[in-house]
Amino acid sequence: MAKLESTFRNMVLVLTSITLVAAVALGSVYNLTKEPIEASKRAKQENAIMEVLPPDVLIKGTDTITIEGMPEPYYVYQAYAGDEFVGAAVQTYSKNGFSGEIKIMVGFDAKGNIINYSVLEQKETPGLGTKMVDWFKTEKGNQDIRGLNGSRNNLNVTKNGGEVDAITAATISSNAFLEAVRYAYSAYSQNYDGLTGATSVENEVAQTN
Amino acid sequence: MAANSNLKTLLNGVIKENPVFVLLLGMCPTLGTTSSAINGLGMGLATTFVLLSANMVVSLLKNLIPDKVRIPAFIVVIATFVTLVEMVMQAYVPALYESLGLFIPLIVVNCIVLGRAEAFAAKNTVFKSFFDGLGMGLGFTMALTLLGTTRELLGTGKVFSMTIFPENYGMLLFVLAPGAFIALAYLIAIFNKLKTTKN
Repeated sequence: MAKLESTFRNMVLVLTSITLVAAVALGSVYNLTKEPIEASKRAKQENAIMEVLPPDVLIKGTDTITIEGMPEPYYVYQAYAGDEFVGAAVQTYSKNGFSGEIKIMVGFDAKGNIINYSVLEQKETPGLGTKMVDWFKTEKGNQDIRGLNGSRNNLNVTKNGGEVDAITAATISSNAFLEAVRYAYSAYSQNYDGLTGATSVENEVAQTN
Repeated sequence: MAANSNLKTLLNGVIKENPVFVLLLGMCPTLGTTSSAINGLGMGLATTFVLLSANMVVSLLKNLIPDKVRIPAFIVVIATFVTLVEMVMQAYVPALYESLGLFIPLIVVNCIVLGRAEAFAAKNTVFKSFFDGLGMGLGFTMALTLLGTTRELLGTGKVFSMTIFPENYGMLLFVLAPGAFIALAYLIAIFNKLKTTKN
């Protein structure tokens, strides 16, 4: 078969049909993969929530909390064991990472103590900032944030007068991580102090770098 | 005879014209995604799929596409396959999708893919194009996996996340961007040495 001439009509026809076929193919695959993509995103978030809360709790409500001066809302997932309020998982973020946004899920018990955390998204330097995934839940020196309380403890790196050891050679990532944790606590305490009877906490979070 | 020439086409991509070590094409994903062996392998396989499919479709359509619009036509074909790969990966291997991130859509502008479509598939039969795409893809995958393994091992003491030696002895440099250039340069040197001694 001879090659089609490059006439205007041929070119328009060929390009149009190729793009049409491509569009149909993409559309159908989009429909096919839409469900699994949603499911895997949901599963990831649910896993993260469960990871940072005590076992056998139920999520009975979600609050969207905005903090003044912060661009995006924080999500608070309230956890109940039976009818008793046992804490919440807070989805928080920081835009001050070394590269890009850091998203983490932090679990608090009813008294505001950190139960655990899970990093949802980060683009920090491999081998340095990426250590945050385990660093702050490793028992070594003062780097473990589990058990610390958002109001009693100063959740800052030791260099800035806080109580938490920064990741070696990744102070910026550590600062961003702790910033996210502090905001998670203020989002949590704003709504639940009344509920839990804990004393209300001043917003100590404001000055961060 | 025919089988022989197909094998030759295949090996041509893997060794003689290895896209990374010899042609030096597609350097952006090569340097960017190979911070670990599994990332290199994933990126290589995704590119192989695109190369293979795009090569075959372009070869099928080569007589239907007027010369003057061939580049846009090829790009549409390639972009379609890349987007397919992207959606499928996002659905079924979300972890890998996340670590490769932006580099998946960037396969569209990978010079190897368009280069093979233009230089090989547009002039050869579907069958031959299939082998060319497969060979080039495997060559690319091999190179990326090798580079990823080297960097992961030297940088963190692990290969495919299995610890070979303690991380504290790793040279972090190799996981970072400069390490990609250094490791690639040494690999190319070794590859060239092997190639010349073989001839």
